[in-house]
Amino acid sequence: MNVLVVLPILIPLVSAVATLLLRSSVRAQNVIGMTGSALLLAASIWLLTAVHDGGILVQQLGGWKAPFGISFVADTFSALMVLLTGVTGLAIAIYSAAAVDEPRRRFGYFPLLHILLMGVNGAFLTGDMFNLYVWFEVMLIASFVLLVLGGERVQFAGAVKYVTVNLLASMLFLIGAGVLYGKTGTLNFADLAFKLSQTANPELVNTSAMLFLVAFGIKAAIFPFFFWLPDSYPVPPAAITALFAGLLTKVGVYALLRTFSIIFVHDTGFTQPLFLVLAGVTMVVGVLGAVAQSEMKRLLSFHIVSQIGYALMGLGIFTQLALSGAIYFTLHVAIAKAALFLVVGYVARKRGHTALKQLGGLLRESPVLAVLFLLAALSLAGLPPFSGFFAKFTLVRAGLESADYVIVAVALAVSMLTLFSMTKIWGEAFWKETPGGVPSADILPPAPTVENPLVTVYPTLTKASMALYFIPMFLLVAVTVIMGLAAEPILQMTGQAADQLLNPTLYIESVLGVQP
Amino acid sequence: MHLLIAILSGVLFAAGVWLILRRSLARLVLGLILISHSASLVIFTSGGLQHAEPPLVEKGATALQTPFADPLPQALILTAIVISFGLFAFFLVLIKRAHQETGTDDIDAMSEVES
Repeated sequence: MNVLVVLPILIPLVSAVATLLLRSSVRAQNVIGMTGSALLLAASIWLLTAVHDGGILVQQLGGWKAPFGISFVADTFSALMVLLTGVTGLAIAIYSAAAVDEPRRRFGYFPLLHILLMGVNGAFLTGDMFNLYVWFEVMLIASFVLLVLGGERVQFAGAVKYVTVNLLASMLFLIGAGVLYGKTGTLNFADLAFKLSQTANPELVNTSAMLFLVAFGIKAAIFPFFFWLPDSYPVPPAAITALFAGLLTKVGVYALLRTFSIIFVHDTGFTQPLFLVLAGVTMVVGVLGAVAQSEMKRLLSFHIVSQIGYALMGLGIFTQLALSGAIYFTLHVAIAKAALFLVVGYVARKRGHTALKQLGGLLRESPVLAVLFLLAALSLAGLPPFSGFFAKFTLVRAGLESADYVIVAVALAVSMLTLFSMTKIWGEAFWKETPGGVPSADILPPAPTVENPLVTVYPTLTKASMALYFIPMFLLVAVTVIMGLAAEPILQMTGQAADQLLNPTLYIESVLGVQP
Repeated sequence: MHLLIAILSGVLFAAGVWLILRRSLARLVLGLILISHSASLVIFTSGGLQHAEPPLVEKGATALQTPFADPLPQALILTAIVISFGLFAFFLVLIKRAHQETGTDDIDAMSEVES
């Protein structure tokens, strides 16, 4: 009995129930929301140390032996991703206490936040394909409601696209799972890996492998399935966008890394070049889209797409170093991205909008905010000594070692463009003076639009709510700096995770017991 | 029988895609519902259609009587149906609210209103 494995799912569930019961008291919700996330972070650290020291932990739910029951498996990869949920979740919970307006909190913001965290952790920990589908849905329904919560007009157009695309992805996932079950008679990851390594013609599961690729690709927003993301992510308040940017697309990446490293490895001659092409195009299209934007949230949303390409690149190269780099990169980009969106949320609160042209003078007004933005932005662009540098360095080194020069060149060029568009935000919003004088007609504070959704008027900031804004930013920026400074031990851990993905024997034995 | 259901789920999927490609929100929902039915049928068919005994061990017997039906695909479908029921309930409310707010049923027009 390993309760530890399911603890990261139980804690958010309990927090969600508690916040739901105390719906009428906004203050109590804040306290429970934060405490719950803090406990989740503690549990995820505990899980990671346990897995790091003691190897893969398995919990068979209901005492049904694998592959008949549902297994929950925590290997190093899963534990690292759960830790990511813990860190991001805590930062968002603190930030939300100040940044999410009271009507939203009255209508169940905190319960939804915790349900979302539960779904994400469930997806990271499950060892069963159909159960993964269920966790995806738990996560999705929470994200749907979070996206439209508040019922502002701009949120609907974005939400309709988001819901449609995600429902389609779920159907494809289901069909993939059905076909896979028809071929192998099992849905347990470990059992699938074992059975597919034994069957005579495993190419037959390519059908479901490609269905999964499309389904997870839509969730991860890779090319050509990314178009929904820049339309829907910018519409809710920044705290929610930060949560989505940090966690939701990463679940898609996790699912891709997991399934295409331990299960669908029989036809690497076909899948690896495919991933490399998708990775390259995703990076380029995302960053070019970002360069063309003039609104902070949309610009950063396009960067989410572009960064997903790097994680995919690791999967395409498919060596131990590359997978290790991809995992490190996924952790890094989630943290850096969430930090950037938190900064944007504060800008939106200060100025009432986030259109770059009309912004300015933020460096003078709030130097601390400017520095936090700069650190996160440089980390995202991949400058040393931040985490982004080591993530990209590892991926590039892996690419050079396996002679995939094209993708390495693309990755480096895209890095340049990322840096360029980060300096654009820096120059426009922080460095230049506020466009002064009497505003002419075209630079009046704009009406709420898709481009520029945040015009909600908030009460003035007090010292306490300022602290709630800045503590999570500090936390996330500190994590990205520490991940850079302590790259060696973290890379050693992601290396261990990559080893477990590349040699699934250990995973299979831990879940199924020793094979005859 | 396999062929028949395979064709049926193909037709449902195609009809669903056709409906999704219309611009009206109501057709969008109907299209997604058809696709979800098609997905259920695919799981059902790939699990193996056969005339068989229920997978219950008879009193006094020690093993299942062959041939027995595989209960798992049905459990999967049941779960999927329940989940998509919830999702579609939400989606219906969403498009109703979207229609109320934007005053249009046309997806393109809705985006124009916004931007």
